[in-house]
Amino acid sequence: MNWLLVIAGALVGAPLRYLTDRAVQSRHDSVFPWGTFTVNVAGCLLLGLLAAVAPSNVRLLLGTGLCGALTTYSTFSYETLRLVEGGARLFAVANVVGTLLAGLAAVHAGQALGHALWG
Amino acid sequence: MRSDQTRPPGSPPGSAPGSPPAAPGPAPAPPARRRAPLLRGQGPTVAVVALGGAIGACARYGAGLLWPTPVGAFPWTTLLVNAVGCAVIGVFLVLITEGPVAPHPLLRPFFGTGVLGGFTTFSTYAVDAQGLFDHGLPGRALAYLVGTLVIAMLAVWVAAAAGRWALGALGRRRPA
Repeated sequence: MNWLLVIAGALVGAPLRYLTDRAVQSRHDSVFPWGTFTVNVAGCLLLGLLAAVAPSNVRLLLGTGLCGALTTYSTFSYETLRLVEGGARLFAVANVVGTLLAGLAAVHAGQALGHALWG
Repeated sequence: MRSDQTRPPGSPPGSAPGSPPAAPGPAPAPPARRRAPLLRGQGPTVAVVALGGAIGACARYGAGLLWPTPVGAFPWTTLLVNAVGCAVIGVFLVLITEGPVAPHPLLRPFFGTGVLGGFTTFSTYAVDAQGLFDHGLPGRALAYLVGTLVIAMLAVWVAAAAGRWALGALGRRRPA
């Protein structure tokens, strides 16, 4: 059952990342990887909320499955490497620092939201 | 710039400054912003991304069951999962974008976006780090945040270099 929850969440999370990235990337011309930034920060917000309040089966479905598949470290690191290789070092540093800070802030906001909504 | 996510399969990874900006669609973007319907023609890609994502997520979940991380402990399992995923994507994307043959158009969405994207995670990384802060372990939290970052970046860089070296050694690098 636990595996099915993880699979069900990932079946939604991974395509959601792909489609969100497509939608975001089609709306700006910058080299900055806003698409991956968006899914990673959104996933941090949701997982922060779940970690604070959700029961374990919900955490498996929406946390391990959905948020885990929605967010990505591999694309984040690869896009950062491409920025460095392309000479856009400032963008690379901004991507790393920005994603980290925004991700942690989103976790914090998610936890606060969870406690405010459900105590 | 996208890597394993939006770019049509087979197009080059990442847009370097100086090179024309990568057009998100299959054709170069006209001056007016094109708004191709998000889902048009995306069925097979979305399906293989979902399938790959489920496989990757199961591998990550299985790793967590095999090597569970106690509350307050350093999250070695997630660090290793992310490091391995970054290394694999580095060599994978170099091989398929700079190798001699263009791969099947669904290989990249399946394996890069799906399997590796589903395997690695940013949300668990950030939440686990926040949890260490919350447990009064700021040093461990910072070590985890920075340690994962450094190891992941080294992994993707070394793996991409190894992929290029292998292509070069075999004389199989696609002409630029």
